Amino acid sequence: MDVTVKLRVNGEERTVTTDPQRRLLDVLREEFHLTGTKYGCGEGRCGACLVLLDDRRAYSCRVPITMAGGKSVTTIEGLASGDSLHPVQEAFLEEGAMQCGYCTPGMIISAVALLKENPNPTDEQIVAGMNGNICRCNGYVKIQNAVRRAAEKMRR
Amino acid sequence: MERDLDKARPDALTRSAQPERSSLDRRAFLQVLGSGILISVSEPLIRAQGFAGSPVSRLSARLYINEDGSITALSGKVEEGQGPRTELAQAAAEELRVSISRIRMIMADTDLVPDDGITAGSRTTPVNVIQMRQAAATARELLTEHAAKVWQVDPASLEVRDGVITNSKTGQTMTYADLAKAKEVVAAFAQTVRPDVRVTAVTDWKVLGQPIPKLDARDIVTGKHRYPSDIVRPNMLYGRVLRAPAYGATLESIDLSVAQQMKDVVVVREGQFVAFAAPSSQRAEQAMAAASKSASWKLNAPSVSHRNVHAYLKEHANRSGARENVTGSVEEGFAQARKVLSETYTLAYIQHAPMEPRAAVAEWSDGRMTVWAGCDGPFRARRDVAQACGLPEEKVRVIIPDMGGGFGGKHSAEAAVEAARIAKAVGRPVSVRWTREEEFTWAYCRPAAVIECRAGLNDSNSIVAWDFTNINAGSAAISTPYEVPNVRTASVSSNSPVPQGSYRVLAATGNNFARESFMDELAAAAGADPLEFRLAHLRNPRLRRVLETAAKRFNWASRIKKVTPNLGVGLACGTEKNSCVAACVEVAIDRRRGEIKVREICEVFECGPILNPPNLLSQVQGCIIMGLGGALSEEIEFENGKILNPRFSAYDVPRFRDVPKLDVHLLNNTDIPPAGGGETPIIAVAPAIGNAIFAATGVRLRAMPMRGASLRQT
Repeated sequence: MDVTVKLRVNGEERTVTTDPQRRLLDVLREEFHLTGTKYGCGEGRCGACLVLLDDRRAYSCRVPITMAGGKSVTTIEGLASGDSLHPVQEAFLEEGAMQCGYCTPGMIISAVALLKENPNPTDEQIVAGMNGNICRCNGYVKIQNAVRRAAEKMRR
Repeated sequence: MERDLDKARPDALTRSAQPERSSLDRRAFLQVLGSGILISVSEPLIRAQGFAGSPVSRLSARLYINEDGSITALSGKVEEGQGPRTELAQAAAEELRVSISRIRMIMADTDLVPDDGITAGSRTTPVNVIQMRQAAATARELLTEHAAKVWQVDPASLEVRDGVITNSKTGQTMTYADLAKAKEVVAAFAQTVRPDVRVTAVTDWKVLGQPIPKLDARDIVTGKHRYPSDIVRPNMLYGRVLRAPAYGATLESIDLSVAQQMKDVVVVREGQFVAFAAPSSQRAEQAMAAASKSASWKLNAPSVSHRNVHAYLKEHANRSGARENVTGSVEEGFAQARKVLSETYTLAYIQHAPMEPRAAVAEWSDGRMTVWAGCDGPFRARRDVAQACGLPEEKVRVIIPDMGGGFGGKHSAEAAVEAARIAKAVGRPVSVRWTREEEFTWAYCRPAAVIECRAGLNDSNSIVAWDFTNINAGSAAISTPYEVPNVRTASVSSNSPVPQGSYRVLAATGNNFARESFMDELAAAAGADPLEFRLAHLRNPRLRRVLETAAKRFNWASRIKKVTPNLGVGLACGTEKNSCVAACVEVAIDRRRGEIKVREICEVFECGPILNPPNLLSQVQGCIIMGLGGALSEEIEFENGKILNPRFSAYDVPRFRDVPKLDVHLLNNTDIPPAGGGETPIIAVAPAIGNAIFAATGVRLRAMPMRGASLRQT
């Protein structure tokens, strides 16, 4: 039996009527056409599908839609305000921290959450905090530089 | 770019008759590109320039100068993170003397671009970048000549800057926008690229060679860019394809009635092809799960697993069909040898595991099939889709949106074919997006290999005989770059029990792993420093330069002498695809836990003049870290045709934690034409690690991946 779920996505109230077990990832992509959030593994092992769920990182491929009910979801599309990018997005641009870019939305969401928890991370803390995200272009060095740069920007 | 095309109504674009690529309907162009002029590059020119063998186009459009002065450049190449979109735009901007912001790139759309073949083999830089430069240089010359004619002056007296032609004596100017409207220029553009056109010298480059950021970076960081798996069409369904439980299995029977009765589900059955489409991917998955319970399969896979596959490959080796290369006589060489070494190295099957698994959307409308797909060969995909759907090729359009990685693993277009078959059967657009498990299981693997090495040293510790055989993986970089008088190399095919295909730099990784490990074993047998031993056999000046530079940066001479238990340094070098690489590494071994930690890698790489330094740096860093996976952890496990570890939780790819201290140094060699840089930097990583492990422990690991567990001491 389908259920009706209300949630807030990037600041907007949304409603969906669907199978209660349907993944948040699929609802975002297929119902709301927010395709910035990516499928990568379906088991919470690569971070491509990361979103913020009430400000905390969540693997949207592992979250049944009912668990997002009444909560606030932020996807990569919701980080910028108008033309002004989030400092983490700016830092990724400035460092050129992407190749194919498919992992980038998840990396950025991960970094946003990490810097919210720890605005002044050491390199070791960045590595530990980002280790759940895979980049198969293996651009880890530039991504780490981007996270470091974002932290500096956000402290300013 | 592809999104703009969507808005331009693909049907209207492509309905016009197109008997051949060369006669692409001008009206079709006008709808996408606006009015303006076209410049073409011809195949004979490319051949004349010594790029024969590349799959270049017939007379095909390359550049389009719009009446607003903007420029559209067209390429059949695919962007998958390696940077051709930006580098090809740089090439056009450089020769047209405009800023890169004036260039709009259209790539990999079979209705609009020339057939540049598949994107593979580091060919974009040496072939397609020069094509673009020649086309753009011809365009600039034609435009300048036209202005000179109008002003009745010598074209050489005119200056071109930022799309404006200036007569400095009179102050007169003419813009590309003005020229694009001139009838005479339109006529002049009907000709092909001039065979004698001079491209800008490397030393005069203003756009090429510069750190130009990725053109679509902003769309990537905002989540706006639409990858193949993100394409949505009106009224679209999501499709799932029934997969066999193992390679080679055939479907004997299946009861589709339950799935057929499910709400909103459409089932397609064409022989062995069974697919389920529904308005949500979850629904399609549920339908497939329901039906697959009833499926009965006939298994037909060889009884072999990853544990005994090397014996299997040797057993099935077609030695009589070996592709051999012989210099001198290895028999005579071994007869002169004082010491003979013989060792065998192996490689496991591994997967490319691009972040975006195979995906495609197909739309069947008005007798035309349009497919957005993630694969390396748009024209090959068009042919495959046409064949599978029983359509003539001109009724199929394939568009490759910039996609989420490939690494040589997406030469085939399975998802494109599957989406097209379902779309044609159900009459609605269909998206097929492979799961990670499907990608691990049904995408082809990098070949496993058995590599047999035998070499002889004479009294002065020079190599006098070299016999090298690769079974199953191929011949890339099989010839030794070292000076040896008697050499035999052989590439022997076998009967792979799992589907295999291309991978970043093909067999060069395995061949270089075996050769550079074996060189180290020979150096040890000769009692020589591994660096000195290599240099004593090495004449290639480019390879010597990268090796010596890496050794110096790494402080090799003093670090190799330092003896610390379970800490070791190693080096390796190699050349392939007209580029050279050397790496020095330090490893630390935890023998109680059986763990190998790569602490530091210094790599020096040279591929001619650098087109875009940060892009090349990304490619080299990416190769090094990707190389760590193949060297230490990645292995496809299988048994009797079934993949046992088709998920990231069971197949370890490099992560942030695995990244060592990196010193990457790029040499800019402006004396030669540019070569590609996205492959060769991977080949020095594994052997340098293996050599460092030997230095640390005295144990030689001859199998990739090199497992720390094999070093465990309790």
